[in-house]
Amino acid sequence: MSLGSTTRYTGVAIGLHWLIAFAIVGTFALGLYMHELPLSPQKLKLYSWHKWAGVTIFLCVVLRLAWRFSHRAPELPAAMPAWQRKVAEATHVLLYLLMFAVPLSGWLMSSAKGFQTVWFGVLPLPDLLGKNKELGDLLQEVHELLNFSMAALVVAHLGAALKHHFVDRDDVLSRMLPLAGKTNLGEMK
Amino acid sequence: MKLWQHGLALCVMATTLPACAVEFNQFQANKSALSFVSKQMNVPVEGQFKSFRGKIAFDPAKPAAAKAEFEIDLASIDAGSKDANDEVATKAWFDTKAFPIAKFTATSVKPLGNNRYEVAGKMSIKGRTLDLITPVTLRQEGNSASFEGSLVLKRADYAIGEGMWADFGTVANEVQIKFRLVAIAAAAASAK
Repeated sequence: MSLGSTTRYTGVAIGLHWLIAFAIVGTFALGLYMHELPLSPQKLKLYSWHKWAGVTIFLCVVLRLAWRFSHRAPELPAAMPAWQRKVAEATHVLLYLLMFAVPLSGWLMSSAKGFQTVWFGVLPLPDLLGKNKELGDLLQEVHELLNFSMAALVVAHLGAALKHHFVDRDDVLSRMLPLAGKTNLGEMK
Repeated sequence: MKLWQHGLALCVMATTLPACAVEFNQFQANKSALSFVSKQMNVPVEGQFKSFRGKIAFDPAKPAAAKAEFEIDLASIDAGSKDANDEVATKAWFDTKAFPIAKFTATSVKPLGNNRYEVAGKMSIKGRTLDLITPVTLRQEGNSASFEGSLVLKRADYAIGEGMWADFGTVANEVQIKFRLVAIAAAAASAK
């Protein structure tokens, strides 16, 4: 098998992609929901879960990126115009950057607010910043801004995948679908 | 000069002359600190009380005769965040309006050797008074003495965190208390 002729993502890449995708959507929704809650044991629990999820996503993204560097991604369809390739590449680079930056900003924010992150209540992450209210508030803004930027990119990413599937009718989406098997879209129809 | 030598000679004999014994009896609230660490979802969160008063009378030569009493303004708590400070003032926690002050009165001081003591006393919080025992280490520096120690207090014993907070799954029952209480010897201070 030559790497150049790859038409599908590997099983590991597909698994990590969807695991991270659902985890990000869930953790993002949890973040939106929890921060307005009045203080309660439930709120403390949700915050911890959110932080555990963030650390887990971060580690999955490290794996995903390592896998991506060691396993070439399938080529984009030959018919795609150059500008679309550029936009697609830029979107992916930004998404990867944000998948690192979002949990990092959350971790730093927690430290600055004086609440250490203890992964699954077992493994304490070091506090890279000391407690500092102003810095904590600033990092909260940063965390929020990065999250909404990522949400916008995810929507663009999703929109582009659907456009490829339903308008261009190429295999850009199906090669990342776990159940599409070895067939491409044309054969599925 | 002669007077100074006299004073020194007297204090060398301090153990045999009770009148000259050093008694640390002027509590220094601004040099003292009272902090605590609670655990939320297994995350240690630091806090402190910023306002407290005390009376100390402690002569290292006569620890059994020592007296100590402290009052803590519960409204002066910093529990880690504004949300937490508002929360712990409510009825479920300290009920600060009804019980604004926590009080500790020492009832006995037992020397353990090596500048270490075991202090027993009565702790009153939120209308409940319970026995409390804590180790205390004495550090003397000139005419100043620092009493330092740490103990574990169980919040449920004083009904701190009732109702939905009563479960220890989120906020642990054990709260680590750390204190550093400083007193100076007034006699030595006035001799200057």
